[in-house]
Amino acid sequence: MSTTDESHRHATATAATGVDTVSLDGRRGTARDAALDSIGFDPTAPLLQVDDLQVEFRTRDGVAKAINGVSFSVDEGETLGILGESGCGKSVTAQAIMGILDTPPAYVTGGRVVLRGVDLLTLPEETRRRVRASKVAMIFQDALSSLNPVFTVGYQLGELFRQHRGYSKQDAKKEAVGLLELVGIPAAADRVDDYPHQFSGGMRQRVMIAMSLALDPDVLIADEPTTALDVTVQAQIMKLLADLQAERNMGLILITHDMGVVADVADKICVMYAGRIVERADVHSTYKSPAHPYTQALLRSIPRVDLKGQELDSIEGLPPNLTQLPGGCSFHPRCTYARDRCREDEPPLYDVDGERQSACHFYAEVLGQ
Amino acid sequence: MSETQIRSAAAAGHRRGDVVLSVKDAVKHFPITQGIVFQRTIGQVRAVDGVTFELRKGETLGLVGESGCGKSTMSRVIMGLVPATSGSVNLLGEELVGMKERELRRVRRNVQIIFQDPYASLDPRMTVGGIVGEPFEIHPDAAPKKDRKRKVQELLEVVGLNPEHYNRYPHQFSGGQRQRIGIARALALRPPIIVCDEPVSALDVSVQAQVVNLLERLQAEFDLSYVFVAHDLSVVRHISDRVAVMYLGKIVEIGDENQIYEHPTHPYTQALLSAVPVPDPAVRGHREQIVLQGDVPSPANPPSGCRFRTRCWKAQDICAEQEPPLLRRGASDQLSACHFAEELDVVHAVH
Repeated sequence: MSTTDESHRHATATAATGVDTVSLDGRRGTARDAALDSIGFDPTAPLLQVDDLQVEFRTRDGVAKAINGVSFSVDEGETLGILGESGCGKSVTAQAIMGILDTPPAYVTGGRVVLRGVDLLTLPEETRRRVRASKVAMIFQDALSSLNPVFTVGYQLGELFRQHRGYSKQDAKKEAVGLLELVGIPAAADRVDDYPHQFSGGMRQRVMIAMSLALDPDVLIADEPTTALDVTVQAQIMKLLADLQAERNMGLILITHDMGVVADVADKICVMYAGRIVERADVHSTYKSPAHPYTQALLRSIPRVDLKGQELDSIEGLPPNLTQLPGGCSFHPRCTYARDRCREDEPPLYDVDGERQSACHFYAEVLGQ
Repeated sequence: MSETQIRSAAAAGHRRGDVVLSVKDAVKHFPITQGIVFQRTIGQVRAVDGVTFELRKGETLGLVGESGCGKSTMSRVIMGLVPATSGSVNLLGEELVGMKERELRRVRRNVQIIFQDPYASLDPRMTVGGIVGEPFEIHPDAAPKKDRKRKVQELLEVVGLNPEHYNRYPHQFSGGQRQRIGIARALALRPPIIVCDEPVSALDVSVQAQVVNLLERLQAEFDLSYVFVAHDLSVVRHISDRVAVMYLGKIVEIGDENQIYEHPTHPYTQALLSAVPVPDPAVRGHREQIVLQGDVPSPANPPSGCRFRTRCWKAQDICAEQEPPLLRRGASDQLSACHFAEELDVVHAVH
């Protein structure tokens, strides 16, 4: 965070304290929240719908279609797993929903991100800032580099309340302690004045979760929340996330490359490849009988802790370069089902059985396998 | 292959099943110092604290544990890259502990390493030919100068790269291909033992299987012994014949892959395995779930007695007083360092 940004925030915070009406009961419903209400969110509308999202990166080497027509929805209390390898566009999708893409080089060129009936992409930046953290929040993979090393954890957590709710420093700190307790940090009242480097990796990720939950968001996006952690700590964090989600009835978007983590927590799943969703279904049917050759190949290529397998079926080749996508289906150079048609026709997201979709011309054949 | 003749002389006499590496009570402590000019030692980080195991020809020993458990230090001790504080590391009949640096240099050709990060472990200013051929510069007797280019190209072919890419630079390759370059370099001196330090954890899911399959093919082809260090327990199960589980500088359980995964007896092994997600939503909620509390204690000040007792749900008074030795316990075949060792199935759906 730059110094100018910081001082700007302080200026707005001071200006805001003047107008904020601090009510007796828990101090909710300040002028800031009223500003949020004026956006016109409709509590009866579906929680989050992403519709035909398009994002491109304009680089010196050409235009990379990072996201090419991605659509999905998340409801209250539902967990959507977005599965894919690095470069498939899963993190860019999250950043586009949050509105934190770096522009340039990234540009949202089409589609809608509709939260409770309001298309976030049409909102002015200042309004979107109010939506971030209070309606849609995000947990990042690398907690150490996502936290500011020169401020205490309590200060950074409190900043949300000072900025969005106009709390005083003392009140903000009290909230911060409460949040640290919520995510299971022992001796929270003492640790609130510690700096990020004084926490272990798992504890830091808990601080990140506390931060994302601070303003009671409706949708939580977790981008590889446990990739940097050991497996026992991963289990702790995933359990914490699941408990908090159930308690608050949030919509959770879990972005990961780990097929095991998705199988453990997701209700439905989107598999992404080269900027597109190639399979979208409920998690049970995807794992039982995948409808896209890529999902099928992924499932056959990973070893399992509960089985001593034979040789792994590896997927030959590499994910494509997004500036030079192959014609037709992007997966065809690595696909065992590929025919002439796959090289020419880009498959749409076919409806398989009303519940699931697959972007493969020959999904019926894949399902039969 | 024509290269079998340059196989290291030390390895030639060993047959499948012979012990090629024997580690006994290996200890590696790193001093914690204070002061700049007059440094005083104020403590020891007990990274490896009495580790004993054997590695046989042609087998893969998986070394698992969480970060900070000493598995990477252990692999560096095996390679003679960090000298052990005490204990014995016997490599093909030669004792590494206390050996002079010159001698070590000669012996070290028998153990090579594949690193985790294929981006950081290859010099960006060297060509692939230079990188894979560098072991021949250090051990000139391994290949005469005029043969080197041919040998390097053969190596590239063995690991599935195009020999014509000899003059390319690392940045022209993808992550998986770079890891193949690292593997070719490790194979160059035909070592009988290769330490694989998290060789696939930096790779994409769809590329991991390619590299795992390559490692298995090379093992069969060249009769290699692997020490496979990793935190991904699914990959370790797939590739290992035997598995050692480490916690805070000690092995807490060691045995055949099947014993460790199907019948773990140490609470730490059980917790570790139960935490690994299975890629099958059908078993969700039907497996034993052990969620450990807290973090690993500091190796500078490990708990008394059993080191795992601070996070263990079975801990009793005896655990704080007596350190449980690594023994065969009950009916199971593997060695377990727990006073209350008891089998528990944690990887399969049980209810």
